Amino acid sequence: MDINEIIKPENLVYSKPTLLNDNTMHYCPGCSHGVVHKLIAEIVEEMGMTQDTIAVSPVGCAVFAYNYVDVDWIEAAHGRAPAVATAAKRLNPNKLVFTYQGDGDLAAIGTAETIHACNRGENITIIFINNGIYGMTGGQMAPTTLEGMVTATCPYGRTPELNGYPLHISELVAKLAGACYVTRQSVHNVAAIRKAKKAIRQGFENSMAKKGTSLIEIVSTCNTGWKMSPDKANAWMEEHMFAEYPMGDLKNV
Amino acid sequence: MNACAPGKMQYNDNYKGKHNMSEEVKLMKGNEAIAHAAIRYGADGYFGYPITPQSEVMETLMALKPWEDTGMVVLQAESEVAAINMVYGGASCGKAVMTSSSSPGVSLKQEGISYCAGAELPCLVVNVMRGGPGLGTIQPSQADYFQATKGGGHGDYHLIVLAPASVQEMADFVGLGFDLAFKYRNPAMILADGVIGQMMEKVVLPPYRPRRTEEEIRKTMPWATQGRTPDRERNVITSLELDPAIMEQRNIKLQATYRRIEENEIRYEKLNCEGADYLMVAFGSMARICQKTIELAAAEGIKLGLLRPITLWPFPYAAINETAKGKKGVLVAELNAGQMIEDVKLAVNCSLPVEHFGRLGGIVPSPDEVLAAIKEKLM
Amino acid sequence: MTHEIIIAGFGGQGVLSMGKILAYSGLMEGKEVTWMPAYGPEQRGGTANVTVILSDERISSPVLHSYDIAIVLNQPSLDKFEDKVKPGGILIYDSYGITTPPTRTDIECYCIDATEIAAQMNNSKAFNMIVLGGLLKLCPMVTMDSVIKGLKKSLPERHHKLIPMNEQAIYKGMESIVPMKR
Repeated sequence: MDINEIIKPENLVYSKPTLLNDNTMHYCPGCSHGVVHKLIAEIVEEMGMTQDTIAVSPVGCAVFAYNYVDVDWIEAAHGRAPAVATAAKRLNPNKLVFTYQGDGDLAAIGTAETIHACNRGENITIIFINNGIYGMTGGQMAPTTLEGMVTATCPYGRTPELNGYPLHISELVAKLAGACYVTRQSVHNVAAIRKAKKAIRQGFENSMAKKGTSLIEIVSTCNTGWKMSPDKANAWMEEHMFAEYPMGDLKNV
Repeated sequence: MNACAPGKMQYNDNYKGKHNMSEEVKLMKGNEAIAHAAIRYGADGYFGYPITPQSEVMETLMALKPWEDTGMVVLQAESEVAAINMVYGGASCGKAVMTSSSSPGVSLKQEGISYCAGAELPCLVVNVMRGGPGLGTIQPSQADYFQATKGGGHGDYHLIVLAPASVQEMADFVGLGFDLAFKYRNPAMILADGVIGQMMEKVVLPPYRPRRTEEEIRKTMPWATQGRTPDRERNVITSLELDPAIMEQRNIKLQATYRRIEENEIRYEKLNCEGADYLMVAFGSMARICQKTIELAAAEGIKLGLLRPITLWPFPYAAINETAKGKKGVLVAELNAGQMIEDVKLAVNCSLPVEHFGRLGGIVPSPDEVLAAIKEKLM
Repeated sequence: MTHEIIIAGFGGQGVLSMGKILAYSGLMEGKEVTWMPAYGPEQRGGTANVTVILSDERISSPVLHSYDIAIVLNQPSLDKFEDKVKPGGILIYDSYGITTPPTRTDIECYCIDATEIAAQMNNSKAFNMIVLGGLLKLCPMVTMDSVIKGLKKSLPERHHKLIPMNEQAIYKGMESIVPMKR
């Protein structure tokens, strides 16, 4: 079978979504971001929202999300994506507005914006990538870093005495009346990816139905920051991260 | 001081005479005038956080409920930081959005303002200044001159800074500020103070303008993030560029914009300068006080003139240099320890004595104190 | 003609609203007006004051160091502003709570027992309108017609039923102001 044989349309079993462009991703091999980007591109396309989407990228590894998904993007200051999205949605009530944020961005410097956007019930979706570490700046401690976990700024392991405890943002947000859907997902295997896609789609649909704020936490790996192979990082996540941050819906109204 | 008085002011023609003078004359506070003018301009959104002495801006907007009428969004944010980032979000979508605060709150907004400047977003920020540093006082001050005109946040950028000296100008400069912001894709600031914000004066509000439609935004602001249509690539609003060669080009482009603004948008007012022996330079409420000083001085046979910069950036260097020629000295009067005086000194380039008079920490001097300073420092 | 007026007293005496009504009345007659309050926590029980300027010409400074008329409604305000009345100017005070009356002889001093009259009228809210009546008797800078129009402008509509009471208080004040006994 030569190559022309192989690329015949009838042999096509998988293609990347057209909204995911051909730019080379800067993400490390094994990173979860690429998978979530692909899910978003698929869902926006499937919902027919390409012309009506305004996405907000954070500061962190995903700062360059705007390079990969072909929708309009606003790159927000560190932590401020929910405030930026608040205005974008209120001024464009018929658009799909979502933020894409990491744990440093959302759960540390942007905690106030996160809590208040959710509490106001802004009709936006917040996609929260939680890998327990600052990736872009080189592996420092995040609010979500597990106890005992070693990072550049807790080189002897995180201790509650010095650094407090891992912050459970989804549990906090689930208590807010403005939040309609809070769920915790992962993208480390096919079944998980399928469930995560369903969750993100539900978030987007909630936003368009003006049901309130949806927060989709995706517990992820940072194999570079964790200093592990991608395989090992996935196994470590299942064993340790899932124990601290259990999978499943926290709120769905 | 009528902002639209011809002759003395250097207004651009687009703006001059937009008032419908048959409009009712109203009496209101400067802060209230800002709110009314924003609705009438057709602003799309206001995002604020309470702080004295400017809380009436948001209070008035909330009472007027423009969302029922023009569709304008008014939102009380969780912080000044969130408010300016809401402005960033709204401006990214090509909307006419604004925020207002007072000195400590404007310090908090500086990061967001720098981002707006970096991403070339038109927007309007109002600072009704109070005394600092720190939490300071709630009384009037002009101590944020450096912050407003010399950067404020990080990076090489400028705001277009308008300094109103009356309630009428509070109303007029909302429209002017937005117009300039959109013309140059650059944030504009109204730099007022507690006197102008809190006092009531007569005002003729500008006429109602409809908000821009989605179509108009697409046409006039093709860069705005409004959803990617098939006819164009995705739009990205960002101030980030890791490649220093490209970042330098971006900075060069910004600087070119600033030079165009300097060429076209300098505004100032001259009062009694012809034949005057001494020149005062003052802005905002301090310029009003200096007007009275002219009257007091005339009664004593002292001839004083006043040059009032209306745009603090771009600053009227040439006009001050020209006006100061042949005078015996210049007094720069400010509600601060000496900030604008640095620009005035640059303007006259050591050609004559330039002295400063200022009160600090929220004290507003009376006109006779300014006259006493002229006698003491220049005569 | 220009009138530069300071009104000062305790927060809650209606100092700011009296100034506002005066400013609105001036507006009704097409005058130039400014109303500049000392703002802040002073509104809430401390001393309050407001500078009101009515003029036929453009007003320069809304902040002044001397006044044509000072209306002082407590001892601290009297102490602070007596010296700031221009020679030949007018000082009006309410004798209630005044332990040290004004001493200057180069100004005209008038007394109005507005606190007492308001108590007699069983309406403490009428206090500032009684004082305003006294001022207008001495210095009819605006017509009664303009004052009523000014009241309508400055009061929210739900309070318009109070206008006749305010009018009555103004007339009462006009009757009650007397030169200070020296």
